[in-house]
Amino acid sequence: MKIFFNIGRYFILLNKVFSKPEKGVIYRNRFFQEVYSLGIGSLGIVAIISVFIGAVITIQAAFGFSSPWIPLYAVGLATRDSIVLEFSPAIVSLILAGKVGSNIAGEIGTMRVTEQIDAMEIMGVNSAAYLILPKILGFMFILPFLIVISMFLGMLGGLVFGVLTNAVTAHQYMVGIQYDFRPYNVVYALVKVVVFAFLITSISAYHGYYTKGGALEVGRSSTKAVVYASVTLLFFDLLLTQLLLA
Amino acid sequence: MIEVRNLYKKFGEKQVLKDFSFTFEQGKPNLIIGESGTGKSVLLKCMVGLIELDSGEVKYSGTDFLRMNFKEKKLIRREIGMLFQGGALFDSMTVEENIVFPISLFTDASEEEKRERANSCLKRVNLENVNHLFPSELSGGMKKRVAIARAISMEPKYLFCDEPNSGLDPKTSILIDQLINDLTYELNITTVVITHDMNSVLEIGDHIAFLYRGEKCWEGNKQEILHTDNKQLNDFVYATKFLKNFKDKLI
Repeated sequence: MKIFFNIGRYFILLNKVFSKPEKGVIYRNRFFQEVYSLGIGSLGIVAIISVFIGAVITIQAAFGFSSPWIPLYAVGLATRDSIVLEFSPAIVSLILAGKVGSNIAGEIGTMRVTEQIDAMEIMGVNSAAYLILPKILGFMFILPFLIVISMFLGMLGGLVFGVLTNAVTAHQYMVGIQYDFRPYNVVYALVKVVVFAFLITSISAYHGYYTKGGALEVGRSSTKAVVYASVTLLFFDLLLTQLLLA
Repeated sequence: MIEVRNLYKKFGEKQVLKDFSFTFEQGKPNLIIGESGTGKSVLLKCMVGLIELDSGEVKYSGTDFLRMNFKEKKLIRREIGMLFQGGALFDSMTVEENIVFPISLFTDASEEEKRERANSCLKRVNLENVNHLFPSELSGGMKKRVAIARAISMEPKYLFCDEPNSGLDPKTSILIDQLINDLTYELNITTVVITHDMNSVLEIGDHIAFLYRGEKCWEGNKQEILHTDNKQLNDFVYATKFLKNFKDKLI
């Protein structure tokens, strides 16, 4: 029964979050702050992971396609489709669910246990909207850009390491990258990413907002936020793939 | 003036507030005293709507807070200033940003006006040149004073203080008490102070309610509290052997 209680309370919180802001200009400033802290702050980790995973996918593909019947440009093709369809939108989002999710739950949870949220409520501020709305909108805005960068860097990593390890030539890789390219795949990936951004921020914020107790509970909330956001993300990955690709 | 009538609050099987009624008078500090865990902070949070009451009435200048809709509650909350036990300053904001936070959200004041207001509030709590410091860079007493400055920044009609001098040395505690007292008389506001510090009681206790196991079992002022016959209150006031001996000698 607890799951129904949590789902109900999550939607009640969302109703509070999406109510009319007190002052638009303050929320606009907070939106840009969140775009910077959640998005630009994650650029480093996204770049590193993308380059290395792109490289690994390329080397693995070259290793797997050892048959003379399979053309070598298939390495580039496999790398591109793996990165665009699943690695960048889902795996990078899953990694960011850990980074951004724990950050949000920890920040809001600490504000809850140190009575900072109560202080906002006493002032007549809609604390849920003030704290959570800019995070949700900011991450929904910036994550697609991060994922496009991740796609680019993943393919670049594949090219550089594929050539350096003699797994594939630059020409074959570039042919594969461009072969039978479907722009819809990128649209599909970006639609998924926007939904994932909403889930990561709202679920993490929910766990932080309803933290009770002290430092120990803030830690538990952060862990729960990451676990629930990750599992929900995987479920929606499956659902959206079925809806958009099947 | 705030009137509370027949307040009841239960957490699970535990009755935390039982038929609590009291009138918090305007223009003087009203103290709620009692042992730890007796329901003082719950009472305060119920009065401002942070905790939902089971039953009872909380009237702000005659209007029942519990019967107000969400919008009306938001409006009345803008007339409330609150000092939390730990200060509850926003960690990510500087002292000045903390003080002007409600002003930025609810008024159209210019940056210059906000800065002036922050400076005048800080001056009122005897703090200067701390505008650009973060809460983590302040001492406990300074945090409390900044929290008071933030609480009075919107010129509230009601000021709530939850254990304003917990964790402070006796000298700083008295300074904070005097500050609360002075502001109450100066701004003619209704102040509610939750405390178990007898120094505060004797310093600013013009109107006191003693809470015992969720019930109000005594009401009076700082002169009367020293000569009361109430056993629970006597045990609270004269908790140390030294004070008990002092009282016996006095009698």
